[in-house]
Amino acid sequence: MADYLNLFIQAAFVENLALAFFLGMCTFLAVSKRVETAIGLGAAVVVIQIITVPANYVIYTFLLQEGALAWAGLPDVDLSFLGLVVYIGVIAALVQILEMTLDKYFPKLYNALGIFLPLITVNCAILGGTLFMVERNYDFGETLVFGFGSGFGWALALIGLAGIREKLKYSDVPVGLQGLGITFIIVGLMSLSFMGFSGIKL
Amino acid sequence: MGDARKVLIDPLVDNNPVTLQVLGICSALAVTTSLLPALLMCVALTAVAALSTAAISSIRNRIPNNIRIIVHMTIIASFVIIVDQLLRAYAFETSKQLSVFVGLIITNCIVLGRAEAFAMKNGVGLSFLDGLGNGLGYSVILIIVATIRELTGAGTLLGYPILPLVSDGGWYEANGLMLLPPSAFFIIGLLIWGVRSWRTAQAEHPDYRIHQVHRTEVL
Repeated sequence: MADYLNLFIQAAFVENLALAFFLGMCTFLAVSKRVETAIGLGAAVVVIQIITVPANYVIYTFLLQEGALAWAGLPDVDLSFLGLVVYIGVIAALVQILEMTLDKYFPKLYNALGIFLPLITVNCAILGGTLFMVERNYDFGETLVFGFGSGFGWALALIGLAGIREKLKYSDVPVGLQGLGITFIIVGLMSLSFMGFSGIKL
Repeated sequence: MGDARKVLIDPLVDNNPVTLQVLGICSALAVTTSLLPALLMCVALTAVAALSTAAISSIRNRIPNNIRIIVHMTIIASFVIIVDQLLRAYAFETSKQLSVFVGLIITNCIVLGRAEAFAMKNGVGLSFLDGLGNGLGYSVILIIVATIRELTGAGTLLGYPILPLVSDGGWYEANGLMLLPPSAFFIIGLLIWGVRSWRTAQAEHPDYRIHQVHRTEVL
């Protein structure tokens, strides 16, 4: 249990996808102007991450990995080079399915998330989560925890940045630094503060 | 020929994908702790951008509009797989350093953005140049950031010592912060500030402006 907790803290804070690995930056910068929209997108990312990382784990372990096709009588086949195209397909398909499900059964939530759902397909944080899972050889339990932790950390960083940017409109920023420039500096400071979590172990 | 020149040169400074269009920064920062992986990443991204925009442009009239994103993704992913396999075959050590970031070229907004905005409307040759130009625009930023970070963070360039370190009897005290993630954000932020002060047309207008208040009542 403690292992899982450690992994969660690692994934959510120390190795925060947005602030330590720069993943999902485009959306991170574009959708962090208001706290409400940031919460909506953050929630969507957490949900998608919880579903896609384990789904890709199953596909990788039982179809793509070297020797994974032994059950089909093909023990020498290594399809791992197909990984990238398969993962992105799975992510796109799952996002589409989630969108349709939400539209049918939870129209309120669907409207709240709006355009963010389809955008998530091209969010590098999602694909990055899957690729890290493969690279680090997590087992199924770890994959679940990692999926949740990394999504949660990304959402936390996004909401934090949105909060700061809402206050930023009261400040007097030099002309060339307006908008994107100052946002980068803020993200840098946030990243610095998240580094303070490194070394935490339970 | 004016067109082709403009398409190729424009993204370098005037319409830079990273500093102006805010695209593709996701991977731009993670691989810049030293120059060699950054250079490799530039080559990989430029190749994928140029080839996939050309490929998409060549079949642009046959792609059904409502599934075009999936078609784009498949084409881009195929090129990324080719590049990834090539890197693993010929530059294994550096490709280990790049870890997941080569794969993440698939979701790099520059590639998809150019496919969507340019390749779907223009011919193969122009699209190829546009992809090449945007790839180079991305490379310029990446190389600048990587040079600054490796030089100040480790005192080396491409692994060769440039600034003699104190630990080796020289005078330069390596700045470890430059090798950590936050410094990349600071450098890009300052770079954007620089570019926008130079090309003032790129500066963003604030959503809110602080007025000099002379009277306290609501106007």
